Amino acid sequence: MQLDKKLIGHTFKPFTTTVEAGKIRLFCKAIGEDNPIYVDEAAAKKAGYRAIPAPPTFLTAITNDDPDKGGLLRLLNVDIGLILHGEQHYEYLAPVHVGDRITCQQKVVDIYDKKGGALWFVVSETELKDQAGKPVAKAKGITVVRNPDAAKK
Amino acid sequence: MTTAPRFDQIKVGDTLPPLKLAPISRHQLALYCGGSGDHNPIHVDLDFAKKFGFKDVFAHGMLSMAFLGRLVTSWVPQTQLRKLGTRFTSITWVGDTITVSGKVTGKREEGGQKLVDLEVKCTNQNGQDTLQGDATVALN
Repeated sequence: MQLDKKLIGHTFKPFTTTVEAGKIRLFCKAIGEDNPIYVDEAAAKKAGYRAIPAPPTFLTAITNDDPDKGGLLRLLNVDIGLILHGEQHYEYLAPVHVGDRITCQQKVVDIYDKKGGALWFVVSETELKDQAGKPVAKAKGITVVRNPDAAKK
Repeated sequence: MTTAPRFDQIKVGDTLPPLKLAPISRHQLALYCGGSGDHNPIHVDLDFAKKFGFKDVFAHGMLSMAFLGRLVTSWVPQTQLRKLGTRFTSITWVGDTITVSGKVTGKREEGGQKLVDLEVKCTNQNGQDTLQGDATVALN
């Protein structure tokens, strides 16, 4: 297995998704977050937010809401069982709240291998903008692909 | 409501109150699969995980990164969080007991903001780091 470095620079089709209260509630239950600002609008407003805020790593739920889900793996022609998450970085530029319409666009910025091709690394960046077109966050992720051929040697 | 520490009171080397979490359960991974929209079966379907050479299902890296987020936002309000990043350095298995910790590594002023840099990490019951991350917060 070898990944095609010509895919560096590939830009995915942008998509827009609405930040939903119920999704944040489930996310918070899953991660054990019990601060009432994430579930109770009155508590959020009392704490100075204009609506329920999305927790810091809820951005992953926003970027995962792509109707063309799995686009990166299809582009790379890689099976989902072979990937691991290598790194994730977020830069927060403005708060994201329930009701916001967030547009995400992902771009492949680097592809490289280590250990003689046993592991491949795919670096992608995603810009998140709100309904006014204002950037709210930047995400950078590294997907690690385990080379099944290397394991057979 | 989280009340932030003040910039002047913070020193390099200060530690954040750690989070000691309950063992990771299969139920938690199922909830996170739905809540995060990461539907990779490797985290919830034992048959699938075994087919790809794993002994069991394991936690989404992003679930542990959410714990880093919880650590920081229990120390400062989320509106003061500027950056959060991590490397996923080892797998978190079902049943692992994770402790989340952080310490101040730097203080600086940049663009009119008073910024504090943090090292944040998740460590399992064997003392092995599963996430090695960093965060930047703005303080008053």
